[in-house]
Amino acid sequence: MSHAGHPISVRRGLLTPGAAVLAGLALIGLGAAAYRFLFGIGAASNLSNQYPWGIWIGIDVASGVALAAGGFTSAAVAHIFHQHKYEVLVRPALLTAMLGYTFAVLGLFADLGRFYNIWHPMIPMMWQGNSVLFEVAMCVMVYLNILYIEFLPIVCERFAGRVSLPGPLRALNPMVERALRIAQATLGKMMFLFIVGGVVLSCMHQSSLGSLLLIAPYKVNPLWYTPVMPMLFLLSAFSAGFAMVIFESLLSAWTFRLAPETKVLASYSRFLVVFLGVYLVAKGTDFVIRDAYHSLLAGGIAPVMFLVEICAGIVLPLLLLVSPRVRGTALGLFAASGLVVGGVLLNRVNVFLVAFRPPYAQTPYFPSLVESLITLGLISALVLTYRVFVTIFPILPAGECVPARELAAEDIPAETEPYAA
Amino acid sequence: MGSSVAGAAFAQSALAESSANAEDGYGMLVDTTECIGCRKCEWACAQENKLSDKPVEAFEDPSAFEEPRRMTADAYTVVNRYDIPDQPAQHTFVKAQCMHCLRPACVSACLVGALRRQPSGQVTYDAWKCMGCRYCMVACPFQVPAYQYDNALTPVVSKCNFCFNRVQNEGKMPACADMCPPMCLTFAKRSELLRLAHQKIEANPDRYLDHVYGEHELGGTAWMYLTSRPVTELGLLEFDAKAIPDRTEPMQHAIFKMGVPPMLLFGLLTVAMKTFEHKEEE
Ligand code: SF4
Ligand code: SF4
Repeated sequence: MSHAGHPISVRRGLLTPGAAVLAGLALIGLGAAAYRFLFGIGAASNLSNQYPWGIWIGIDVASGVALAAGGFTSAAVAHIFHQHKYEVLVRPALLTAMLGYTFAVLGLFADLGRFYNIWHPMIPMMWQGNSVLFEVAMCVMVYLNILYIEFLPIVCERFAGRVSLPGPLRALNPMVERALRIAQATLGKMMFLFIVGGVVLSCMHQSSLGSLLLIAPYKVNPLWYTPVMPMLFLLSAFSAGFAMVIFESLLSAWTFRLAPETKVLASYSRFLVVFLGVYLVAKGTDFVIRDAYHSLLAGGIAPVMFLVEICAGIVLPLLLLVSPRVRGTALGLFAASGLVVGGVLLNRVNVFLVAFRPPYAQTPYFPSLVESLITLGLISALVLTYRVFVTIFPILPAGECVPARELAAEDIPAETEPYAA
Repeated sequence: MGSSVAGAAFAQSALAESSANAEDGYGMLVDTTECIGCRKCEWACAQENKLSDKPVEAFEDPSAFEEPRRMTADAYTVVNRYDIPDQPAQHTFVKAQCMHCLRPACVSACLVGALRRQPSGQVTYDAWKCMGCRYCMVACPFQVPAYQYDNALTPVVSKCNFCFNRVQNEGKMPACADMCPPMCLTFAKRSELLRLAHQKIEANPDRYLDHVYGEHELGGTAWMYLTSRPVTELGLLEFDAKAIPDRTEPMQHAIFKMGVPPMLLFGLLTVAMKTFEHKEEE
């Protein structure tokens, strides 16, 4: 069991100015999405025959999946390697991953010209195992369902024994109740399959996302194009996963006025240092072996973006984190993890958008307003959903500032301990 | 799961590779020294594929040559003019379209097999399978496929299909070659075309550069070009001989061959999990 007490629901109203802004942005995004589906991708975006992929793939899907990596890294640490002091970090990371992947798929809907065929990769007759995208699609699909399953015990914990659907749905109460009981009884024993499976699938598709652009050797800037892109993507996904967990944990502590888990996070940040360090060494070695420096001298925005990505996204946070003084404070951890998150995000944007320069293209791609509003709306909706979920479900640790402590204790039936605890 | 499928497809692709070399599909030889820039092939293509109902006169407008054009959703082929510096009266005209690669990147990329290379050499597209992910467009090194971005409901990936239906089922030549003054577009089996191309070069060493563009580029293409000037002056891109799928497929297969590495990782992690669990209980 975690030291900080069992997670409970956040007891703060949802009607805050911040939430209102998010809801507004999400609504605008919804309007933009309606425009896209009514009038087509051409009318809504700046995508072209030269630039078939834009921010819907580069940010919504590729960056979304990278930043959702905390789900599998924290599950691996706490449940596979049984580092129980990090148990408190698992549920927020799981929720982020579940929502991150869900919204990545929603973003994909906007991007797919024939979105209604999104299920085609599931049909064995159409399987095309040579395609990197096929492997990514399969892994993401299965992993998304695993995330839902991993989340089920939290739903059970919250609602088993107290299902009370409103109005005409009341008739369903006993059925839902039974389903939750069955889930509770069976999931515990099988959960290890899903946890390990989720880690394996994550390693597969996080790296394969890096293989996606290997197929375009003549279009991707040599600053980023390397046969080891899959490995670099995997290493940076690990880093993003650990960083995201730290970043988010502090952010929600401050938002909900809980006590930040600075001690736990400081020791957790050692994982981040290791993976970030390995990532830097791998990226640097590859860069030197490939003799890619002369690409740095080429004009344009690419070299600048590359240097920012390396310096601000890897080197600087690494320097911050190795200092025990910085690592020991919430603010230091927040800054360092924020830089890593931003750096990995920038890397995905760089690889998918900045580095992609098709030979016949005349003007570079820049997202249109509608395109950007959809992406912004998705991100806002994600954060808002997170906010709603932590209010309904026991996700965040019960910090000392939460008054309803006793309530939480009697809320939790003994047999619904987290599966791996 | 995904991995074992990739493993199974490994055997498949090895097969495809050997058959691509063994079989003799159709090809087209474009002799750029013969092209007069009449753009009748563009018109014929638009008619055949019902891309536009513009009259033939619409294709005679010389202003089309001012800027080099690329293929679009309603033009599977375009002819561009490349001027010779200091010789304003002389031009080279170059027709562009899908090259129908022997080892096509687009086919390797498509996750649902909507793009396929036919044993007879044409790279064809099945719209009903397509999801519209446009990964094929990302993959194509010649930057060929275009997309119907303005179609909100049933957009298709558009590119030359080498008149697959016309050739296979109607027994005719591709529409462009049918329309073109002879000697500029020659339609035949690829092996015959290669022989012809090298004969032409040998017979007229002053007229042609000793390079059949498409013979070796990216593993070879069904459409090939003879030129009198370096290809880079003619809007064609330089490539080495390594086929694009050879850059991705071996890696994919090495990592996921028969699903062994993922299974191994799964086993390892399970053992780790159980070990740590036991330690705790003790
Ligand atoms: S030229 Fe492009 S679209 Fe045509 S077969 Fe080759 S890879 Fe595919
Ligand atoms: S857009 Fe269609 S044809 Fe192209 S890769 Fe995607 S599914 Fe295949």
